Amino acid sequence: MSKTPRYFNEMFENGKLRPPYKGLEGWARDMPVDLRTMKQNEAEALFRRIGITFAVYGEGGDPDRLIPFDMFPRVFTDTEWRKLERGVTQRARALNAFLTDVYGRGEIIRAGRVPANLVYCNEAFERAVVGIRPPRDVYSHIVGIDIVRTGPDEFYVLEDNCRTPSGVSYMLENREIMMRMFPHLFQENRIAPVDSYPRQLKRTLASVAPPKCEGEPVIVILTPGSMNSAYYEHSFLADMMGMELVEGQDLFVDGDFVWMKTTEGPQKVDVIYRRIDDAFLDPLCFRPDSMLGVPGLMNVYRSGGVTLASAPGAGVADDKAIYTFVPEMVRFYLGEEPLLQNVPTWQCAKADDCAYVLEHLAELVVKEVHGSGGYGMLVGPKSSAGQIEAFRSKIEENPANYIAQPTLALSACPTFVEEGLAPRHVDLRPYCLVGQDVVLVPGGLTRVALTEGSLVVNSSQGGGVKDTWVLAD
Amino acid sequence: MLSRTAENLFWIARYMERAETTARLLEVGAHNALLPNTGGGFRNEWESILRASGTAGAFAAKYGDPVQRNVESHMFFDTDNPSSIASCIRAARENARIVRTALTSQVWDALNMTYQELKELSRTERSKLQLRDLTDWTVRAAALVRGAIAASQLRNDGYRFLFLGYALERADATARLLDVKYYVLLPAVSYVGSGLDNYQWTTLLRALSSDRAFNWAYGGDVTATKIAEFLILNAQCPRSLITCTGSALEQLNALAVEYGRTTPAVTLAEDLHGELKRARIEEVFDEGLHEFLSRFIDSTASLAGAIHQSYLTGRQQ
Repeated sequence: MSKTPRYFNEMFENGKLRPPYKGLEGWARDMPVDLRTMKQNEAEALFRRIGITFAVYGEGGDPDRLIPFDMFPRVFTDTEWRKLERGVTQRARALNAFLTDVYGRGEIIRAGRVPANLVYCNEAFERAVVGIRPPRDVYSHIVGIDIVRTGPDEFYVLEDNCRTPSGVSYMLENREIMMRMFPHLFQENRIAPVDSYPRQLKRTLASVAPPKCEGEPVIVILTPGSMNSAYYEHSFLADMMGMELVEGQDLFVDGDFVWMKTTEGPQKVDVIYRRIDDAFLDPLCFRPDSMLGVPGLMNVYRSGGVTLASAPGAGVADDKAIYTFVPEMVRFYLGEEPLLQNVPTWQCAKADDCAYVLEHLAELVVKEVHGSGGYGMLVGPKSSAGQIEAFRSKIEENPANYIAQPTLALSACPTFVEEGLAPRHVDLRPYCLVGQDVVLVPGGLTRVALTEGSLVVNSSQGGGVKDTWVLAD
Repeated sequence: MLSRTAENLFWIARYMERAETTARLLEVGAHNALLPNTGGGFRNEWESILRASGTAGAFAAKYGDPVQRNVESHMFFDTDNPSSIASCIRAARENARIVRTALTSQVWDALNMTYQELKELSRTERSKLQLRDLTDWTVRAAALVRGAIAASQLRNDGYRFLFLGYALERADATARLLDVKYYVLLPAVSYVGSGLDNYQWTTLLRALSSDRAFNWAYGGDVTATKIAEFLILNAQCPRSLITCTGSALEQLNALAVEYGRTTPAVTLAEDLHGELKRARIEEVFDEGLHEFLSRFIDSTASLAGAIHQSYLTGRQQ
């Protein structure tokens, strides 16, 4: 078994303090242990009081579980961020161009740049929306791009999330809580604010109002309900944007429009920021057993009576098999060179790749093509021989369901642990908004693997979160 | 406002009021358990408490004889009992979690902290918990939530639905409590006015935490007529039926102004409140207290139904 290779430490490079962390070194060093414990408890109490929780599926445990919050922030310089910003917005534009294309003429396929079967035979490809052009040709209005860092200047995209990326409430609340607990840090460091995100999101959604909408569009958030693990986030965003948080049962279709049931009678709805999956949107069009959706919704959508964000079918762009081709999309649609790199990926669907993967399981990370949340993946270097063999038979059974990537040396950021400050591996998810404009607020969600040496940062697998700072110039 | 949101708000208030009612019942039970059996020893007071809470059957099935510890478990901790304090607080908090956006952070804080404290209490060893502390805690928590609502919620439709919930639940609780005390404990007319009667009626006042208030309002002897008048027709009494219908009507009138339309619910509330305003206590006794109360309980149920029909279905009226 190979050892985890050396990694990039975000705070210390070759034993020397990196400039962006200058404002934090003394703060962390001088904080007495009891103060730290007190602050940590205070943070937890705040989270619990606000009710920020995250239910974990399949654990049967506490539905009010908290995501562990680490007080040591992750910091980017203005220069680093500007580079990331250009890369992320470029990618978000390319992904949307790809979606418009594959539900339209399919030029990229005709040009032979992306294999037809990967798109048209993809489970996430939605036949029901072929030929529909959403307002401003935007399919994915919020693109969450998971990025890892491996060196001072090396960033890789791990995956794209074009459907309904979650976690943005943590970006906002982590900042809120840090400002409340350590106001002086914010006086001493010039940290770019992130609190404009809800306003920007609202503006983005308003900018894609459907053609039949006259005047100010009525925008709502559609949630699967209070039992959903991200329900807190849904209600938080509704509150921040001042819009109704609706469930399927609150909406109905009458004539050419969607209406919500209010105490004053029916009210027309123009834009639906939906946080439920395509399959559940409309039982007449997709899963007939769905109780979460709105019967007839897709008809209204087709005839331009309502905008759905993200648009049905957007998932085909964030599929792990399509991922390999995103740099190609950037070149094809934008005529630019991709600014963010992909992690080299082996497709087990290809015989050669599959053979390589099976030979090198102990070094690779293997993921399900449609999986998410860190479920059903194998981290070779961290797994026992038994686990590897078990996974091998799963791959052999259905190779097309898997992709593999090298085990990246994720960068590490100092994190408060039992013994003090210690490096822990982190990733980053910025949230790019696509409407009339393409915008990225300076910040994102930094997830941290709290177990020493662990590379799995998913909150469903015991990862934690940090505040993410972008220092103003 | 979304109809579902309005409904959730309505129920948050109803559950919190119900938790408080349960706490007051428990408090009366505990108080009476400390007294010598002045009632002539003919009936176990805990049983009448269970009856008033409407859960005597479920209790007997699960616990058997009404001994204090079991009644405490049943009425405070037991989540199998939908009107236990734990169930009510849990339900109120769950409703609040669903409509967080319609509540101020102060109200959410009050509800959420109450729930967190409840969880803490459920984990505490029972020998360390005095019944009186539990009931005090509940009454305080209910006051905290109500106070947070009054102090911080916008005076909009959400506020109206919250206080509609309070008004209807309280009207129902007072009517049922009166009915149980009268109908179950005093079936024979000859008891009315006897010493036994006085004792039971005082207990009733205490259950509605109105014993001091009654003294201020009336003074002198405690009689069945005075108490019935106080709890049904006196607009000064915070828990009297007339105060509750008045409060419901006030909220519905405000909604009618804000929404620019009147509804069958408004008419129904006007009728109900109007009847109480014109009524005299002698007439109530002439009709028969039990008959009167049964009719009132049905009317409040119809009013709740009309509110649902008028505002909570989301359809055009």
